[in-house]
Amino acid sequence: MKDKKQLKVNAIKDGTVIDHIPAKSLFKVISILNLDKIETPITFGTNLESKRLGSKAIIKITDVFFHENEINKIALVAPEAKLNIIKDYEVVEKKLVEVPEVIVGIAKCVNPTCITNNEPVKTKFYVVSKKEVTLKCHYCEKLMDQEHIKII
Amino acid sequence: MIHKSLVSIGDFTKEEYLHILERAAEFEKRPIQDILKNKIVATLFFEPSTRTRLSFESAISRLGGKVIGFSDSNSSSVSKGETLKDTIKIVSKYCDLIVMRHPLEGAAKYASEVADVPIINAGDGSNQHPTQTLLDLYSIQKTQGNLEDLNIFIVGDLKYGRTVHSLLMAMSQFNATFYFISPPELKMPDEYKLHLEKKGLNYHEYRDFTDIIESADIIYMTRVQKERFSDLIEYEKTKNAYVLQNYMLKNTKPNMRVLHPLPRVNEISVDVDDNEKAYYFTQALNGIFVRQAIICSILGLK
Repeated sequence: MKDKKQLKVNAIKDGTVIDHIPAKSLFKVISILNLDKIETPITFGTNLESKRLGSKAIIKITDVFFHENEINKIALVAPEAKLNIIKDYEVVEKKLVEVPEVIVGIAKCVNPTCITNNEPVKTKFYVVSKKEVTLKCHYCEKLMDQEHIKII
Repeated sequence: MIHKSLVSIGDFTKEEYLHILERAAEFEKRPIQDILKNKIVATLFFEPSTRTRLSFESAISRLGGKVIGFSDSNSSSVSKGETLKDTIKIVSKYCDLIVMRHPLEGAAKYASEVADVPIINAGDGSNQHPTQTLLDLYSIQKTQGNLEDLNIFIVGDLKYGRTVHSLLMAMSQFNATFYFISPPELKMPDEYKLHLEKKGLNYHEYRDFTDIIESADIIYMTRVQKERFSDLIEYEKTKNAYVLQNYMLKNTKPNMRVLHPLPRVNEISVDVDDNEKAYYFTQALNGIFVRQAIICSILGLK
């Protein structure tokens, strides 16, 4: 019997695993966390089968551990992401991402006449509803729902 | 309030607003003083608005203050490509307070973050115009004797009307009952109705003027703008349905007053002007006292 070849993403010794990222959000997560600037080994897989999400992505970052504030930024595009903290090949901690209360510099305001879209102003949003992610622009006060969120 | 900017109607507390209305009443008794002597206020109007600007400039001048500024961004460094941040940072050095109107939403908020002096928002795009709301409150309080438990009728463009949304938010703190009269295309947006529901306040919606206005304490008229209609035929059909005429006021309460943020086009018929219940011109005058009160409160002057 032939061994079924399966796609596996290799285990890491120490570092962080981010699992249950919607496949379509993978590159946004990489961008938000500036993973392109990291110099230690990173492996990721995408379009992997997931019962929960249908199609998921997973990222494994060696020797990097994220502060809560840092990692929660990805909650906008990967609200169900799960973190596994790995030490010596063992999962020592599991965390879920949480949508933060304030989001700075990641999302773009959907209002074309907002000052943030016309002058060099960093965007800032308040999360007014965590369940159906709704953002309120700190500047123009307009509301934006998850569908319309564009990552800068 | 002291040295804080006034950008949105939510920036100050209800108590702070009531305090401003008290001070405005004092200024109404003595609008000419030199409380602002040695103070310079910059009026930066990146978008023209003659009435608001003149109202602020008169308020400041009557209190002995000096005004500097521009009334149109074409005549300023903005036309050379200077950023808002740079303009504000520099003008901050030349004055004690900035009054600003800008076509983009959020501009006043951003200015308040980069300026060394307080900012008073005189209108940022379709977002906020808090001094208008305060003068509306003052007018209501003055004509009704108090702000609580009133029947507030709002007519015209309830969807895009900046002053209408702000008035709703402010009066919802005083247990008002709202009556909305508008074309179906320009109904009050859901988020505001939801706000009222959460506060347990009643509201009613109507398509046109009916005898119901007899229970009004305040009728707040706004202009129905042609540009807001996607169907111009619909506009032509409905534009006259929201015109207030003198005969309609026959059975209204003696304390009822008609307000309008102005400019008035045809939505209040000229025959209403001589009715003692027409208050819109006095409303504009009240802007002077309210703005004097706001400026002095922010600058911490007695």
